[in-house]
Amino acid sequence: MLFYSYFKTLVGKPVTVELKNDLAITGTLVSVDQYLNIKLENTRVADEERYPHMRSVRNCFIRGSVVRYVQIPEGCVDVDILHDATRREARGA
Amino acid sequence: MADAWHLSAVASLVESLDARLLVALRDGSNIIGTLRSFDQFANIVLEDAVERVVVGRNYSDIPLGLYIVRGENVVLMGDWGERGERAAVEGLVEVDNAEIIRAREADSAAEAMKGDILKRMDFLDE
Repeated sequence: MLFYSYFKTLVGKPVTVELKNDLAITGTLVSVDQYLNIKLENTRVADEERYPHMRSVRNCFIRGSVVRYVQIPEGCVDVDILHDATRREARGA
Repeated sequence: MADAWHLSAVASLVESLDARLLVALRDGSNIIGTLRSFDQFANIVLEDAVERVVVGRNYSDIPLGLYIVRGENVVLMGDWGERGERAAVEGLVEVDNAEIIRAREADSAAEAMKGDILKRMDFLDE
């Protein structure tokens, strides 16, 4: 649940989600669940020419299984805290 | 389980129930329909579903009726409205189903041929 917990701290931040079909969507993170399904608001698609139908989508739900990368804003990851949390989780605490 | 369900983004699809949604599938097709049901795998039921096919500057909606989509095939679901519909077809021309199906087949045949030619040219790279 570490990444789920981490993603929860990113709610409200602007992120870019790159999907396995190469579609890249930028938007504000609204919610995330244990499968790392993601909900975004005020979305924009990098390559609108190739995906004309995405022009009209402003809010969307992305299934976790199709996500390749999530780009997060700089400074949104405290490496020390994440490091500690990783050790704690590995110990099974 | 009940707790996780309550907190999940899947659960937040409740807000989209009865709304018109664009659903992108893994095979690249795009379905527009009214969300009537869903579960934790994002299996969904769409009423009055249509497949929106866009080839170049032409588009057409192929009627599908009531559709059940297995969750694993879902890429994303986006809110779709009147305003959305207008933005989506801006600069596009609506054609009939038969024409868009022909155009799609011609398009994929052209793609296949391009791939074939590239494959035959592979030896030039070596």
